[in-house]
Amino acid sequence: MSNSGKLRDQQGPYFGEFGGRFVPESLVAALDQLESTYRAAQSDPTFQAELSELHRTYTGRPSILTEVKRFSKHAGGARIILKREDLNHTGSHKINNVLGQALLTKRMGKTRIIAETGAGQHGVASATAAALFGLECVVYMGEVDTKRQALNVARMELLGATVIPVTTGSRTLKDAINEALRDWVTNVDDTHYLLGTVAGPHPFPEMVRDFHSVIGIEARAQMLEEYGQLPTALAACVGGGSNAIGLFHAFLDDQDVKIFGFEAAGEGMDTDRHAATLNYGRPGVLHGARSYMLQDEDGQTIESHSISAGLDYPGVGPEHSWLKDIGRAHYRGISDAEAMDALRLLSRTEGIIPAIESSHALAGALKLGLELGPEATILVNLSGRGDKDMETAAKYFGLLDSNE
Amino acid sequence: MSRVAEIFESHKSNGKPTLIGYFPAGFPTFDESIEACVAMCESGVDILELGVPYSDPVMDGQVIQEATELALANGFRLSQIFKLVNEIAQRVSTPILVMTYWNPVLQYGVRKFAEDLKASGGAGLITPDLIVDEAALWLDVSEELDLDRVFLATPSSAQARVDRTVEVSKGFVYAVSTMGITGAREDLDRKAREVVSKVRVSNEKQNVAVGIGISTAAQVAEVNSYADGAIVGSVFVRAYSNGGLTELKRVTLELSSK
Repeated sequence: MSNSGKLRDQQGPYFGEFGGRFVPESLVAALDQLESTYRAAQSDPTFQAELSELHRTYTGRPSILTEVKRFSKHAGGARIILKREDLNHTGSHKINNVLGQALLTKRMGKTRIIAETGAGQHGVASATAAALFGLECVVYMGEVDTKRQALNVARMELLGATVIPVTTGSRTLKDAINEALRDWVTNVDDTHYLLGTVAGPHPFPEMVRDFHSVIGIEARAQMLEEYGQLPTALAACVGGGSNAIGLFHAFLDDQDVKIFGFEAAGEGMDTDRHAATLNYGRPGVLHGARSYMLQDEDGQTIESHSISAGLDYPGVGPEHSWLKDIGRAHYRGISDAEAMDALRLLSRTEGIIPAIESSHALAGALKLGLELGPEATILVNLSGRGDKDMETAAKYFGLLDSNE
Repeated sequence: MSRVAEIFESHKSNGKPTLIGYFPAGFPTFDESIEACVAMCESGVDILELGVPYSDPVMDGQVIQEATELALANGFRLSQIFKLVNEIAQRVSTPILVMTYWNPVLQYGVRKFAEDLKASGGAGLITPDLIVDEAALWLDVSEELDLDRVFLATPSSAQARVDRTVEVSKGFVYAVSTMGITGAREDLDRKAREVVSKVRVSNEKQNVAVGIGISTAAQVAEVNSYADGAIVGSVFVRAYSNGGLTELKRVTLELSSK
């Protein structure tokens, strides 16, 4: 819609040629209702005050910056500073968006939320908000993910949500989104689909970005106040891309700040077992938006692979596709092995156990440091903590008995 | 007037019901789906809706999703849709509409897909995840090639949206009878009548068929009492899965009251 020339003023439904609404007609009324409710909330000081108060007294915002000096010795001496979204209530950035959409759900008079989840972080955040606001909550989760993130399944159920394992397709995040969309088509009258990333049909990419933009707004001000400068470069992991756009957005018009997103290269970019959508995909339509996606010649979605459930997604938010095409942001791949090494390195040098997702950004920052030199300052979004990944990490590093 | 529209007009003037039957291309295999579609057309289906198997079919229920997953597992490729249409069109005169999610068409190329469909003898497309707002290119190409284009109208669609859908649809408007996804249900929703009314208010000459949730001959008859046709899908897939061509023919004869 409006575009004043500033990159950060870009609104949906389109980001360049990406975005839109490729959905069944059954959902258009609900999307229209969501958009109009959101537009009204944007200009309503009551809504903004309510959300800010929740951020302050429930989530624990603003999240702090932590400079990791021992870790950054492995990055050629460049300074590395973490934006600590892992310290948020529920353990990741996901809560920022969930609280915003839960407030909108109440405004729309709906009583039930549904959500998809990969790593379980968005599911946990949704179940948390549902408990806080007295909403019914159903979370769709690929059967594969319910196994690799069993701890988060238990958390969601303890919070009162119903977790439905999805057994269609690849049984991961993509299929969980399909099931959530099916549920929404059927129950749209009383149900809000609390989509957890910056993908999907308009207004989700713009709205979810706005709810996460607090990350970058805080970080930009904190950099200026605590370090007296903006960072040389930003680093964030990209699956659907919500934490990344949340960090990037406030810096989009700071031309001197380089922006890097790190996708999951899985078993390696030279294999076909990865989730590096922006590197190896091409534009198509998936889950309601036109964006880069992993697909075969016939337009059938290709199953992605990543050791990290949260990045194991063959699509990506449309704004990232646009930022890639206009050259404002750069997207690179980080393999499972590189991410796991970074996870262990941060744990052992700084006493911070990051989520496997966020470890992709950390591994990316190590490489960027060597590339940009010792004068560089790299701001990394530490989007989540690693507690949920202990089983995967323990297996990966051989910390458990093999018969367990 | 398109062949699809001609069938509606002729049935309307004769007071005959119209049955639109869905079957997935390539289910369970390419060759078997030809025989199944021909059998449906010979047993009373008036318009054939041939579904393109797709990896992420969000508008389909479990029965159809499992069928299309099997078709893909058995090696169905997109380019086969045209051969399939052509083989069926050579054996029966029933008009064939292809039902497809939008990404396969986008990747094949909208114009090329339309041209190949036209050349193979197909009548047009039903597009469940393409709303009119996003359809500019398809509207142009289908106009140029004189192909039918069937868009959906739903209980939640505002009258203004229904008006636009009615205006641009060719062949008929697909009225979604319940808010839900496809899968036979015991009772037809009263909402189906509301959607049909909205279409009538917009333009009483536009044909409107009701789909999603129709499973019995009585429902086919009931729908035809206030709409111009009934669309049936899951029941045919289930019939074929349970009893092959014999059962598929029996169910088609029963639903078409022939």
